Amino acid sequence: MAKQLSLVVNGRLVEVEEGTSVAAALLMADEPARISVAGERRAPFCGMGICMECRATVDGVPHQRTCQLVCRDQMKVVTA
Amino acid sequence: MRLVCDVLVVGAGPAGICAAVTAAEAGANVCLVDENPAVGGQIWRHSMTSGPEPKDPTFLQWNQRLERSTCRWMNGWQVVEPLGPGVIRLAMGDATADVAYQRLIAATGARERLLPFPGWTLPGVMGAGALGAFLRNGYRPRPGQRVLLAGSGPLLLACAAELAAIGTRPAGLFEQASRTRLATMLPELLRQPAKLAQAAAYSWKILPTWLRTHCWIAAAEGRDRVERVMITDGRRYWWSACDVLACGYGLVPNLELPRMLGCALAGAGVAVGPLQQCSVEGVFCAGELTGVGGVEKAMLEGQIAGLAAAGRPHDAARLVPELRRWKRFAGRLASAYALRPELKKLSAPETIVCRCEDVHHGELREQDNWRSAKLATRCGMGACQGRICGAAAEFLYGWKNESQRPPLSPVPVGALAVSFEASAEITSAGDATGCASGHSLPD
Repeated sequence: MAKQLSLVVNGRLVEVEEGTSVAAALLMADEPARISVAGERRAPFCGMGICMECRATVDGVPHQRTCQLVCRDQMKVVTA
Repeated sequence: MRLVCDVLVVGAGPAGICAAVTAAEAGANVCLVDENPAVGGQIWRHSMTSGPEPKDPTFLQWNQRLERSTCRWMNGWQVVEPLGPGVIRLAMGDATADVAYQRLIAATGARERLLPFPGWTLPGVMGAGALGAFLRNGYRPRPGQRVLLAGSGPLLLACAAELAAIGTRPAGLFEQASRTRLATMLPELLRQPAKLAQAAAYSWKILPTWLRTHCWIAAAEGRDRVERVMITDGRRYWWSACDVLACGYGLVPNLELPRMLGCALAGAGVAVGPLQQCSVEGVFCAGELTGVGGVEKAMLEGQIAGLAAAGRPHDAARLVPELRRWKRFAGRLASAYALRPELKKLSAPETIVCRCEDVHHGELREQDNWRSAKLATRCGMGACQGRICGAAAEFLYGWKNESQRPPLSPVPVGALAVSFEASAEITSAGDATGCASGHSLPD
């Protein structure tokens, strides 16, 4: 069984298996990522780092493409 | 950081790995660059760390050759822009690296064609290949969630099988091509029994769900996320409850780098000669860039380009007849999965086409071309730089995007600030110092 990691997504504790991408964690936690220009909530979409819909603030760094980031224990993710 | 190499390979998928390995084994000093943290590209993409799933034996074999070779492997580096002939700037975070090369092999692969329909921006809607990528990166739908797959192409069935493999049976699988169209592949498939066996194995895995042909998604609806989708066969329309919709319409090549290097295009890809050489001296293209055709075509083109770039044209030419077979196979596949014109009529005036800038179909259909659309509506000018809406606009309105301006990928301003100085320096000093031939760089 893979090691479990816990991260905090918008103040909520989320548990995932080691090796999970941050975008996958957002999808499983049902937390959309960014807010669009017109105010729509958007979630991870292309899965390969090109659509930029999955951007979020990770450990204080804004505009991170969460589909290209692996979850680390105690990571803090804030979506718009 | 400044580096000098004989052959620079951009993209570490099947084509790039094969190109780098063959060029390095032929004695060239090779540098292989990819923005992803691991080699393999999209098709050989496995869990970012070592996942439990078995890895492709072909990949393992080539990866072993890569590890044993002298090739310098730069993972996590993105191409920013060419600084002049034979020099390219890379960035990783705030760090930059300028690489001087004699030959460049572009093997940047393909992305999904994602087409708009009402509701496609709702959370819970994603690409079909995207679902596959998310699954490989730890995504697991909750028990009881209804996951539907739709769109077109062989990738759909492969992703449905991946979903079944983790214990979630797809609630539906809809292919827009008709059964008669798909049947035109049969003679070619019989000549490639391995492909036929693969399709059969995928179909077996998803049973009792069955691939429904001649059906596509007309709309998605829900309050905060997708809750139901409307499916049609062109005559009838019906609703289906849905928690996750994975919808993609085949692949389109990632032409940004060759376009920026000035390579001439032909049809849906880059124009190449028999040994994968482009219209720009010293530049080669391999894999999906020259026309989407799958992993076998990509691997052969990579090897041909690698050998040719390392100065072994005769060895390269020996692989050309086999490549011809796979190109024919790719041609059959493309015509069998050709997109039906009804898909151009799905968007309502208020349907968003450009997701970055929230530009609607109603605004875009008034425009004449990609350039006027950009100027008048900001379509394609957001964070993805037209990577998603570009292919959609080409399909919906017939617009071609012919220009590509640096930077190639979003980079910190720091990487650009240095870049302006460096480009001035190199273009003014380039000829005198021989930097254009790739042997040295000015300080």
